[in-house]
Amino acid sequence: MAQLLPVAVDGVVYSAWLFISALGLTLVYGVMRMINITHGSFYALGAYAAAAFTGAWLRAGFPPWSSYGVLLGSAVAVALVIAPLIERGILRRMYGRDEAVVLLATYALFLILEDVIKLVWGVNPYFIAEPYGLLGSFSVGGLSYPVYDLLFVGFAGAAGLVLAVVLQRTRAGKLLLTVIEDPELARAMGIDVGRFYLVTFAVGAVLAAIAGGLTAPTVSVVPGLGVDVIVLSFSVVVIGGLGSLRGAALGALIVGVVRSAAVHYAPQLELFVIYLVMAMVLALRPRGLFGLAEPRRI
Amino acid sequence: MKRDRTPRAVGAALLALLAGGMLLPPWLQFLLTIALAQGLVALSLALLLRAGLLSFGQALYYCLGAYAAGVAGQLWHTGDMVVQMACACAAAALTAWVLGYLLARYRGIYFGLLSLALSMILYGLLVKSEALGSTDGFNIPRPSVLGLHPQESTVRYVVLAVAAVVSAGAALAVHRYLETPLGRLAPAIRDNEIRVEYMGASARAAVHVKYVIAAVLAALGGAIAAATVGHIDPDMAYWTTSGEFVFIAILAGTGSVLAPFLGAIVYGLIHSVAYGLSPNTWQLTLGSALLLVIAFLPEGLWSLGAHRRSPS
Repeated sequence: MAQLLPVAVDGVVYSAWLFISALGLTLVYGVMRMINITHGSFYALGAYAAAAFTGAWLRAGFPPWSSYGVLLGSAVAVALVIAPLIERGILRRMYGRDEAVVLLATYALFLILEDVIKLVWGVNPYFIAEPYGLLGSFSVGGLSYPVYDLLFVGFAGAAGLVLAVVLQRTRAGKLLLTVIEDPELARAMGIDVGRFYLVTFAVGAVLAAIAGGLTAPTVSVVPGLGVDVIVLSFSVVVIGGLGSLRGAALGALIVGVVRSAAVHYAPQLELFVIYLVMAMVLALRPRGLFGLAEPRRI
Repeated sequence: MKRDRTPRAVGAALLALLAGGMLLPPWLQFLLTIALAQGLVALSLALLLRAGLLSFGQALYYCLGAYAAGVAGQLWHTGDMVVQMACACAAAALTAWVLGYLLARYRGIYFGLLSLALSMILYGLLVKSEALGSTDGFNIPRPSVLGLHPQESTVRYVVLAVAAVVSAGAALAVHRYLETPLGRLAPAIRDNEIRVEYMGASARAAVHVKYVIAAVLAALGGAIAAATVGHIDPDMAYWTTSGEFVFIAILAGTGSVLAPFLGAIVYGLIHSVAYGLSPNTWQLTLGSALLLVIAFLPEGLWSLGAHRRSPS
């Protein structure tokens, strides 16, 4: 029972991280009906850009506090450059084809981006620990935690809220809901569906890159970084229901707490339980917790 | 009635492999054997794809087959490929039969995601199983066949020959299966399931059968790969391995039972040439090849010559 508090704290932090990582994936699926494997590439791109630029920035002797801005800025910038190139250049040609084909196209792009990252940043690991250590630590129940972890929680909450408000309260958000409902009808009403797809894809990529950028100081940035994130994000999004914002939040919370409990009580089950939960949720609710059933066509 | 050329083509390919395989350098024998193993898995994916089902977790059965073969080899201290493959088939068939009750209800992207989850469960289990070597996996004894222990110099050829015979048998069996009423149901399930049920057939039962057959094919591939490489590890169940198989299946197309094997050979060649030229950009080459195929050859490489061969 003494472990309950650390399980809860770890669970919340991990859930927040999962939510940030998975948010873009569910957004892109919700709008474009596309399982986007390049999501993991953008995560890795964000991590590499953040690690490389922040490292250079700090070595150049700028004040360490400014590193947070560089961290986020470089992650966002790299996603904003590459996402439109990919969407306009390649994915746009795939729309309207089978979901599985589009998925494979993003898988191909993921393979390509893996090597592009190696070509640009090499295969040696990057470390930037300064932003992580700078904020000090706080203690809960006698255990100390880095304050940096709270950034994940704060950012997860902020990102979720902003996205929800934009979708429900703004003109652009309402137009986007129309696009989701029926792209063809939306187009007939004069909505530029292509632009909404472009913006959605870019926002999804930026969210993934920010997740990578924020994570960079807590790990060593090595090739293959994005590979694990893809399946983890999938499990979160699928548990909640593909395309559902609330679902992603709930999925992240479930996976985060389950994993943290497994790490504390039964470490040998750590990886296994996440996918077990995913399989069980799918078995009981085939469309995830918040997913909507699709009518059968005759 | 149109003459069926596939059995003859399979027979010719088998003879070519058996006769020509002896003359090939060891690295090419290895590449071909692995390609046949992967081709079996790709064939299983093609079987499911005909019913509109894309599995993103076929590595589950590939890995299960390899581990069943490995565990059988350790238990009875045998490298006998026939024993190992029998164990792999039994393990996969049993697992797939049970899981099939669950998976046969799923279609589209959810079928893919659930099979992905199941393969990752196996990965998570194997990584933490000390007795099975956890992340390092373990080695497989040197292959033998039905009590014959080939020399060190010929063992690669023997494994290739076994793989060729098994692959040819599997290809012919699948080809025959596709001609049966149950096999012909697949495109109907893909196109419109409700009409299938109006005809009095059960789409769910048909998918269940296909799922079990696909699992056995993938497990055979896994057992062959285990004997070829001589080592198995949990990465065989990781999602990127499944991705490779989907890659091969799409690259090849579903035009013929020979296509997956051809696709696997092409994949193996691209892979080793690209890796040899530049170890850091082989994924880039593979990804570009896949994109080109998706964009310009929606029916896969097989469609390149298909309309010339048979105007069906």
